[in-house]
Amino acid sequence: MIGPFEDVVIRTGCRVLIPFIQLYGLYVIAHGADSPGGGFQGGVILGASFILLSLAYDGDEARKRVSEKRNVILCSVGLLIYSGIGAICLALGGNYLNYSRLHHLLPVDPVYARALGIFGIEVGVGITVMAVMLSIFFDLASEHEDQGERTSFGMDR
Amino acid sequence: MTTSPYPILIILVPLMTSFLIPLVGWWRRSLCYPLILAALTVSAFSSLIILQMVMEQGTIHYHLGNWDPPWGIEYVFDHLNAFVAVIVSLTSLLIGISSKSLVERSFSKKAAFFYCLFLLQATGLLGIVVTGDAFNLYVFLEIASLAGYTLIAIGDDGAPFASFNYMLYGTVGACFYLLGVGYLYIVTGSLNMADLAKLLPPLYQSKPVLIAFAFFIVGVAIKMALFPLHVWLPDAYTYAPSAVSALIAPLTTKVGVYVAIRIMYTIFTPSFVKEFSSATTLLSWVSIFAILFGCIWALAQTDLKRMFAYVLVAEIGYLALGIGLANRNGLTGTVLHIMNDTMMMASLFLVAGAVVTKTGFRRIDQWSGLHKKMPLTMAVFVVTALSVIGIPPMCGFFSKWYLLLGAINARQWVAAAVLLGSSLVNAILFFRVIEVIYFRRPAEFPNQDRVQHEGFEEAPWSLLIPMLLFAAGIVSLGLLSGKIVSGIIQFAIPEGL
Amino acid sequence: MKIKEKGLPLEWIVSKYNYWIYIFLMMIGFYAMIGKKNLVKKVIGMNIFQTSIILYFISIGSKKGSTIPIAEHAAGGPIQAIQYINPVPHVLMLTAIVVMVSTFGVAMALLIMIYRRYQTIEEDEILRLRR
Repeated sequence: MIGPFEDVVIRTGCRVLIPFIQLYGLYVIAHGADSPGGGFQGGVILGASFILLSLAYDGDEARKRVSEKRNVILCSVGLLIYSGIGAICLALGGNYLNYSRLHHLLPVDPVYARALGIFGIEVGVGITVMAVMLSIFFDLASEHEDQGERTSFGMDR
Repeated sequence: MTTSPYPILIILVPLMTSFLIPLVGWWRRSLCYPLILAALTVSAFSSLIILQMVMEQGTIHYHLGNWDPPWGIEYVFDHLNAFVAVIVSLTSLLIGISSKSLVERSFSKKAAFFYCLFLLQATGLLGIVVTGDAFNLYVFLEIASLAGYTLIAIGDDGAPFASFNYMLYGTVGACFYLLGVGYLYIVTGSLNMADLAKLLPPLYQSKPVLIAFAFFIVGVAIKMALFPLHVWLPDAYTYAPSAVSALIAPLTTKVGVYVAIRIMYTIFTPSFVKEFSSATTLLSWVSIFAILFGCIWALAQTDLKRMFAYVLVAEIGYLALGIGLANRNGLTGTVLHIMNDTMMMASLFLVAGAVVTKTGFRRIDQWSGLHKKMPLTMAVFVVTALSVIGIPPMCGFFSKWYLLLGAINARQWVAAAVLLGSSLVNAILFFRVIEVIYFRRPAEFPNQDRVQHEGFEEAPWSLLIPMLLFAAGIVSLGLLSGKIVSGIIQFAIPEGL
Repeated sequence: MKIKEKGLPLEWIVSKYNYWIYIFLMMIGFYAMIGKKNLVKKVIGMNIFQTSIILYFISIGSKKGSTIPIAEHAAGGPIQAIQYINPVPHVLMLTAIVVMVSTFGVAMALLIMIYRRYQTIEEDEILRLRR
């Protein structure tokens, strides 16, 4: 459904813009506490940068950079960062997601450890949201070779 | 506030394992099945320990992040909670054991993703049961629902469309629940269930609270498939693959009933329910129609999974009747029936899954003479059928007994008559199938090929053991009903009823 | 004190305009989910339905003459709650937006499966093909 789109203006414009979009996405993830932003918003912006790449160039251009296997790994790793930070706090003696316990690991006081804990979680959420946005886009937009065959694979026989 | 880790392990272990499984599945696919079994075992073990702790100490609170409620989210375990959590986690474990052969048969290449969704569904259901925060319940409700939509859609031909219909209905139900939470937040400023129960009583006459109650009840009725909002259920559970319908069918609707009990009797205390008895009267009448129509529609079906789905609609009618009667016996019947119906529906759908996977026979007349080839599976079916009809000492009898007592206590004679009449209709329903299975020979029907019946044997062990355990549970937990009621359930019913 | 105009208490409509707007949007979405035959239109209706609820939650958090809930934005001195809009509904709606997007993703995947199976996306034709 997405074919190659040959236009010099669009390609050059996107080639210039996309790094800045990604930088802005990282900024939004990191500044969730001080301005509107956070993990989900930044992750969507990062995902949108890849989608822009695949819209401006060939449909597979972004796929070459983030293959399906890498996508699923990114998804899982982001979520494992989230629950892993919570589980580390659990292992260090507090309740789940009690970031103040992280002061045993990091050289900061318990109050600041809470802020760092939230930042770590937002990074995890951002990675996962980027991976999921890419996954949704590519599953909907790609052409499948087995189109027309019977595609429901639950053979309940 | 408790510091033991079990209240969080019951959720955390399946959740983190579901994130790990796609990674593990790409590395080595055979490790997925032991991994989910390990996760569900830890979860079941934690729930049993929590039940023991609750029976010794009373209600347990676990504060996430060490923030005190109402500013933070907390997990609350009282007797009702712990009981339903044990049921959900043990059932998930047994269905997880049984999923091995069904997954290998149908979609072995994508087994990792199937198991990931399976664990997410189990996590969502457990999260609904353990949380003590109204908005956190919405989050877990949507996790369980989304995993459910996806799992149902990977069945045979009609499955994507059935799942699409289920998704439309389910989204409306969850959004109504969210609106209820929003209206309560406007008038109280709190989202914690215990805090709402303290803040709401002076406000019972105000309009937002009444509207919130209405939104809650309709939203939860959609999720638990109460007549007339049950329309998504037969299609979704018929076309779903066997492993999925055995997991989702027993649990999703029962957890919906649990949410209804929480809303009506914990957030809105029993004094509200007594004051606005028109709501409970409406609920009783709707559930009477659910029982009637569920049984009648089940009689008309020839496809067995569809018949079981309509029996499930009738069972949900029983559960809602107990809630609507609003007295101690009725609610005891409902809570006991949550346990009984989970076991009965799980074993029914496992039997159907076993037969369909082995032979592909879905219609009643195709099951003739099947007891010769699959004797144990059919024995499990007979035990479950007797329990659905309500014959002692199976567990179904005891919960119907409490419901009948509750109906008589509340002077609802129509409900009592419908309860007894539906047992009769269930007897007709199941004895018709049992007659076909046991007393017809395969050679009697000319359109059935003798060759088809040769060469299959009993269901594989991974399917057989959970079925036998459910059947044993139906009998033994029926005999232990008195102890369960006096030990756990009578503390689960709130005061004032 | 109500200003009655043609029998309608005007204050009842004007002061609660956010509730009227969200109910109007919700009913548009609900009608689309029920009344339209094209499955994509039903999904869009579901989206509008969920968006209206998000709008409702955001609207109940606003206060007159207040600023966004970031500590540096108001006048100096101790933090007074009256100067900031209520951040709790915004936080709840972040989760609800994520749920909305996930539901939309699942709906799109289901629609693609349905289209590949039946070669149509109209509900009445699908029901006819299923019989």
